[in-house]
Amino acid sequence: MANAVLTIAVDERVSARSTLQKLLVRPEIGALVGALVLFVFFAAIAPVFLQPSSLATVLYGSSTIGIMAVGVALLMIGGEFDLSTGVAVITSALSASMFSWYFSTNIWVGVAFALVVSLGIGFINGWILVKTNLPSFIVTLATFLMLAGLNLGLTRMIGGAVATPSVSDLDGFDAARVLFASTIKIGGIDVNVTVFIWVALVVVASWVLLRTKVGNWIFAAGGDANAARAVGVPVNKTKIGLFMAVGFCGWILGMHNLFAFNTVQSGEGVGNEFLYIIAAVIGGCLLTGGYGSAIGGAIGAFIFGMANKGIVYAQWNPDWFKFFLGLMLLLATIVNLIVKRRAELK
Amino acid sequence: MNAKEIDQTILLQNETDPLTHTPVHLLSLNKVGKNYGNILALSDVTMAVDNGRVTCVLGDNGAGKSTLIKIIAGLHQHDAGVLNIMGEERKFTSPRDALDAGIATVYQDLAVVPLMPIWRNFFLGSELTSGFGPFKSLDVQKMKDITKTELAEMGIDLRDVEQPIGQLSGGERQCVAIARAVYFGAKVLILDEPTAALGVKQSGVVLRYILQARDRGLGVIFITHNPHHAFPVGDRFLLLKRGKSIGYYDKKDISLDELTAQMAGGAELAELAHELEQLGGHSDIVKEVQAEVAEVTSESEGLSSIR
Repeated sequence: MANAVLTIAVDERVSARSTLQKLLVRPEIGALVGALVLFVFFAAIAPVFLQPSSLATVLYGSSTIGIMAVGVALLMIGGEFDLSTGVAVITSALSASMFSWYFSTNIWVGVAFALVVSLGIGFINGWILVKTNLPSFIVTLATFLMLAGLNLGLTRMIGGAVATPSVSDLDGFDAARVLFASTIKIGGIDVNVTVFIWVALVVVASWVLLRTKVGNWIFAAGGDANAARAVGVPVNKTKIGLFMAVGFCGWILGMHNLFAFNTVQSGEGVGNEFLYIIAAVIGGCLLTGGYGSAIGGAIGAFIFGMANKGIVYAQWNPDWFKFFLGLMLLLATIVNLIVKRRAELK
Repeated sequence: MNAKEIDQTILLQNETDPLTHTPVHLLSLNKVGKNYGNILALSDVTMAVDNGRVTCVLGDNGAGKSTLIKIIAGLHQHDAGVLNIMGEERKFTSPRDALDAGIATVYQDLAVVPLMPIWRNFFLGSELTSGFGPFKSLDVQKMKDITKTELAEMGIDLRDVEQPIGQLSGGERQCVAIARAVYFGAKVLILDEPTAALGVKQSGVVLRYILQARDRGLGVIFITHNPHHAFPVGDRFLLLKRGKSIGYYDKKDISLDELTAQMAGGAELAELAHELEQLGGHSDIVKEVQAEVAEVTSESEGLSSIR
């Protein structure tokens, strides 16, 4: 009995000390601190930054990165990354608009077709990856190049121009616009619907990651795929599913682009894939997999949005933005590295 | 999968008295062989595993130990001989297949994900859920509690099951893996070199858990290259060399010294020494040194006899 009492006493002492430690080893803590510092910084030098309408603009900018960053963060935790996301978003938008325009269907048919295309791209990425065991860098780089070519080539072949014709007069356009590209008034401020979609995606992704079997499998697939396989985790299915989840996020963003601007430029999207990866990495996801959070990716996207718009509000030359982004990425990665070493070697 | 889901009565129905050498073994191999292309990895291996018994598989690097466990664990399929579970011939097509038959493997590289918390590792691949349909969520509290009590029963006192398993020592990680296998209703536990990367004290701890698993009625297959670890816990010893069985003994029929000699290949070692001596014989310096060594040893022997 005396032994048991002693054990409990030891337990209490340890847990009391580790509450702060627990908080400090959360994957997104570095990003959260960074976000707060950045927020205070811009609030101090550009008072207009604090106006509700400015915040709504910042949130909108963050959401267009953040929606993709949710999928990309999950994929990165699962141990892979995807270079094809930037152009895959445009592919999705092009599919919807060209399909409904060419066949003169209701726009919703095109939207559904685009969903199939986006999930299909994700499936193909994942399937090639698990079948060939090639690194995801190579597989998705190939997909990126092929999609970039297809976007340009097919758009010119079918529509005869580099941009798609406007779809604003097709049936169902207005309803689809409400879903993907409207604004909702909250306290007199217009907040873009993408902000709500973003938040919903983060909530669902966090729940999946932390409270479901699949979430456990994602961490395991990224942390040590062989160990996961040995205890019966369907690693290949998990990875293919993750690529398809990225495809799903790309579909949402693609539909937003389509319904916000009515037409799609077929050459766009190149380079955006890095923004999504940067958001996930700043948010504390390890490039090597097995560690990170969906909320971290969201904070990463928010940092990105703040920096992007904050520089404008502070009336600086936007040329500095890229330098700033690079610095954030480097600092965030170093913090992550330290965290991982501590977790592994302690 | 829960421990309760393995219906022991069905598994045991054909078995007669598991603790004696009976017609039906828990698991038995009869002249099992395996080729990788034209390379003969394993041939003619015969061994048996019973409840509450430890079967040790001994062999040097490249002896075929890994191939043997991969066959039993369902990672590879044998292409000669017979693998029987409870007297029924089986050929596993996947690790899941072997797990469902009650064969759990604790691998050399531990099969744990270092960055994940202990309780998530404990239930990885067999998570407990509550709720239904798409809203099934993990029963976190229950899993944490079970992890804590199961590990306590194995004698491991953990401060916090939330800490990453990578922070535990190698021995503790082995024990978590063993406890996991025991909890999930394993009938056969395969341990792949559990003491290979451990220090003396840690090895002792793991050996104790092997005995604990045995006393809980599991059939244990203990793979090692260290006869000093195998002998104290083993009931049967299978010696492998270059993919072939060079001996299969009950504990009563062999001593630790004999086991060690068999492992080292006593006759071969003498031959090797002879060969080295011959090679050394070409050099005059070596001869001189040998003569000196002989002198020194005879002198010291002389001295000690005087005292």
